[in-house]
Amino acid sequence: MTSPPRFSRGGVPHAGEQLMTKWLEDHLPKLMLAPSFVAVLVFVYGFIAWTAWVSLTRSRLLPKYEIEGFIQYERLFASPRWDTALNNLFIFGALFIVIAMALGLLMAILLDQNIRTEGAIRTIYLYPMALSMIVTGTAWKWILNPGLGLEAMVKGWGFEGFSFDWLVDPDMAIYTVVIAALWQSSGFVMALFLAGLRSVDGEIIKAAQVDGIPTWRIYTAIIIPSMAPIFLSAFIVLAHLAIKSFDLVIALTGGGPGFATDLPATYMYAMAFSRGDIGQAASSAMAMMAVVFAIVVPYLYSELRSQKND
Amino acid sequence: MTDLATSPTRGQSQAVRLLLRWSLYIALGFFVAIYLMPLFVMVTTSLKSLEEIRTGDLVALPREVTFDAWFTAWSGACTGIKCEGVQPYFWNSVLIAVPAVAISTLVGAINGYVVAQWRFRGANIIFALMLFGCFIPFQVVLLPMARVLGIMGIAGTIQGLIFVHVVYGLGFTTLFFRNYYVTIPIELTKAAKVDGAGFFRIFWSIFLPLSLPIIVVTVIWQFTQIWNDFLFGVSFSQAGTQPVTVALNNIVNSTTGVKEYNVDMAAAIIAALPTLLVYVVAGKYFIRGLTAGSVKG
Repeated sequence: MTSPPRFSRGGVPHAGEQLMTKWLEDHLPKLMLAPSFVAVLVFVYGFIAWTAWVSLTRSRLLPKYEIEGFIQYERLFASPRWDTALNNLFIFGALFIVIAMALGLLMAILLDQNIRTEGAIRTIYLYPMALSMIVTGTAWKWILNPGLGLEAMVKGWGFEGFSFDWLVDPDMAIYTVVIAALWQSSGFVMALFLAGLRSVDGEIIKAAQVDGIPTWRIYTAIIIPSMAPIFLSAFIVLAHLAIKSFDLVIALTGGGPGFATDLPATYMYAMAFSRGDIGQAASSAMAMMAVVFAIVVPYLYSELRSQKND
Repeated sequence: MTDLATSPTRGQSQAVRLLLRWSLYIALGFFVAIYLMPLFVMVTTSLKSLEEIRTGDLVALPREVTFDAWFTAWSGACTGIKCEGVQPYFWNSVLIAVPAVAISTLVGAINGYVVAQWRFRGANIIFALMLFGCFIPFQVVLLPMARVLGIMGIAGTIQGLIFVHVVYGLGFTTLFFRNYYVTIPIELTKAAKVDGAGFFRIFWSIFLPLSLPIIVVTVIWQFTQIWNDFLFGVSFSQAGTQPVTVALNNIVNSTTGVKEYNVDMAAAIIAALPTLLVYVVAGKYFIRGLTAGSVKG
């Protein structure tokens, strides 16, 4: 902050200066927020608009700005590679979300039984979340490689017929991405659910126990239904992770074999930086944006509304 | 939470309860083993010689411990044409993460303070717009950002990456501080104003001293995000300015020469070490950031 210019000679401030200081004082909060606001307007919303615009042009290596309609989207949806990417996103997303939630809930319930070493176990379940997806991908690429990894190990134990070559099998490779992603993120879902279990009213559970209701019924009828909002949050986070998945695929399979494990994020990157097809990159980015919109906007809206009602 | 497993339910004998308890421990232990396995495999592989890797078992302990792979990973492994290990890229990541974390945290603190305590008309809309920015798939900004970095003259530089991380980190840092400051009664700010304290004075002497926990959460969150970033790193860097995640991926996927799995694993551990360390030292704050960053409210 530079101080306002001094007009007065003596100790008495000039009226103009006083006004200036007053104005600054009143508007300081706005002034402080303004740079971030402008940054978000330009770098988020402006950039989305730019990408949307370019997705309607014939841009290839360089962007063009004459709008030509939906040709890029027609090309996109006619492309077999994009088709694979979308299918993969669907398979990967569905399996990843459902299994991560199931595993997370199971581990949270298991951990919630007065385990003395809970802190240590929780730390172990959650540490992969601190790793980069590139590290996770590198580790699993090594473990799952058929030549020297898991497959070779089990064969070495005497099971000669054992085969686990999903990593190099175009039909199965996407499931290795699911495995690595689950390892990375299910502990986090566990942490969410564990916090949820702890917030259920203990009195109700005690009352149910006094009534002789079996434990599994207490879980299915009382505890789990009361955690509905946490299921929703977990779903949003996992769906968001799935759509953005990029690093993991790059490190684990590189999108291969062939394009077998391409996801929309890797498709977009390939078009933007190796194929030099800006039009396709922009339209695929907008398609990803649309999926995120469809999931996140209703959620954010309901969140902001419920906050207002508090 | 009342303890469900050990509470006496009618008709359950001592033996059944003991059996349940043991199956519980076995199930928990099973998951522990699964979560630790990859880390264990990474560490043991990095300590083996290539010869032992080819002949031995994936999960076997090294017969002969050697740190050769670690030295190679740190200063000799090849990323494409250059063979300097991950060392220079590790420092690139430090040079990117430290200023980016500091700037985005500081700006987020001021933003959060304004949104939570100086509520003017439109502040909430600005906040909602910033919040939404956290959710966009970054693919949608990659192309224009590449051009703008070029126009600004910082394409492919460390400064460029710092700039990108600050811009797209602001939504989260603002969210963290806003949600923290909103729990502090606004009357405090009002009373301080009446006493003649200004915007910065109130921030400096009232809010900042209260902020240590949220600063820790934000710094850890931002550091983990930026250190682990790959998308921005691979899109906006060039040969000498790549962060460690990009270098690691290049080492692992470089096609020249013999595949050195032990070096790959050592490099992966080196790349993971800073965030793992943060997690081990300040896990509590890490988890708080994760849940605050995901469960908006």
